[in-house]
Amino acid sequence: MSRYSALALARNALSGHDRWPRAWRSPEPRSNYDAIIVGGGGHGLATAYYLAANHGMTRVAVLEKGYIGSGNVGRNTTIVRSDYMIGGNTAFFEHSLKLWEGLSQTLNFNVMYSPRGKVALAHDPGGFDGLARRGNIMRLNGIDAELLERAEVEKLLPYLDYSKQARFPILGALLQRRAGTARHDAVAWGYARAADAFGVEIIENCEVTGFLRDGNRVTGVETSRGKILSSKTAIAVAGHTSDVARLAGLRLPVESHVLQAFVSEPIKPMVHHVVGSGAGDLFYLSQSDKGGLIFGGHIDGFNSYAQRGALPTVRTVAECAVALIPAASRLRLLRHWGGIQDMTPDGSPFICRTQITGLYLNGGWCYQGFKATPASGWTYAHTIAKDEEHELNRCYSLDRFETGAELDEFGIGNWTYKQ
Amino acid sequence: MSPMLLLPCPYCGPRDHSEFRYGGDAGKPRPSLAETDRTVWHDHVFLFDNPKGAHKEYWQHVLGCRRWLVVERNTLTQEIAGSTPARDARTAP
Repeated sequence: MSRYSALALARNALSGHDRWPRAWRSPEPRSNYDAIIVGGGGHGLATAYYLAANHGMTRVAVLEKGYIGSGNVGRNTTIVRSDYMIGGNTAFFEHSLKLWEGLSQTLNFNVMYSPRGKVALAHDPGGFDGLARRGNIMRLNGIDAELLERAEVEKLLPYLDYSKQARFPILGALLQRRAGTARHDAVAWGYARAADAFGVEIIENCEVTGFLRDGNRVTGVETSRGKILSSKTAIAVAGHTSDVARLAGLRLPVESHVLQAFVSEPIKPMVHHVVGSGAGDLFYLSQSDKGGLIFGGHIDGFNSYAQRGALPTVRTVAECAVALIPAASRLRLLRHWGGIQDMTPDGSPFICRTQITGLYLNGGWCYQGFKATPASGWTYAHTIAKDEEHELNRCYSLDRFETGAELDEFGIGNWTYKQ
Repeated sequence: MSPMLLLPCPYCGPRDHSEFRYGGDAGKPRPSLAETDRTVWHDHVFLFDNPKGAHKEYWQHVLGCRRWLVVERNTLTQEIAGSTPARDARTAP
């Protein structure tokens, strides 16, 4: 792999930028590997990278049905944060944020991690107490958190509605300064390039159509490009986890739901942080480098594989935006899209072995897949290489609903209709 | 594929899905209350077929007749194949 550097940039500028090497190869699949990763999204690529970097496993294939960056890794609102307070979540997401902080250097690829701070707004006294408690738990775990009074919030975010008529009065906020955003496709490309440099083979346009079985053991996969054997097969296809796991005979605590996101026309810099609110409904907002306001809300509320959202959610999210930011009423929406995400009953993911030997599961990401990408790959690689969960992902097991060890951090899940 | 589902309520006729509350998978018969095996209840409560295609599901017409319906919807195309009153569709344990 030729390193990216200022010198390389200058050298390639002289040759008109037409001599940059491919960022990763395009190999034909071999007949067998030490590990197969099904799904070339952010999590699958990160897993392949950490298998090679942390565990010395380089005979690894990543099988991607489409092309790299075509799935949810390029379809999210790019927020990274670690404001978690329940059970194993706190340590896991903080580990992820620590990896985010050094990721551009680790991968030699600018993932544009921007620690612009995440501000969670409180709109009532109970909400403010809740944020204080969350902040205290974060600080006890060595994670940065600052509780802001209303006047401090007004100084940081002057564009919100602080008037007496405000639909959602602002009492204060919790600020995590190290939280922020990163460029989503750069994360996929960076992990792909760095994994490829270790010898990992990234095979695009290769759909897994079945699992090869020997009793209770998975011995490889059937694909649209032939049979590929491996003693370790790892699923990382969040959004379509049930569909792929079904091929192996697994029925999971997962439903697929559509989550919509929105980008406005570009405006001058106004929103300098990531802003979150749970007032009317869930609402989160940031501003891209191009100037568009990026925002989103809840899932549509019924299971769906249609990558298109329903209008009632568009209206709810737009109402939240205008209620919090009156100036947003003048903005036109430039783009709006729906992505399919796994929702689990407690809103937490799975990174674990399964009841089938040689088959590993990563999925159930529920709104929070992007920020988890580095730690997800890091711990999933450990689970695959050592055949046991790491301390950081032991809480994300498949049997937690049976044992009563649910991780219900935000009261979200696939059962929105019961909330 | 419509940006708003049009659900055929057997009592009120076709209505926007924003008049309804979703009630989840209707394809899972509830175990008998005498059932004491934890695994049976776990599977009933927590596991989902989550099909990519035809799906039978509950909807309640909260802003209309308030009746519960069982609707058959395609989760990939959002086509609605039909609906029946839930009381008629109920499956015995």
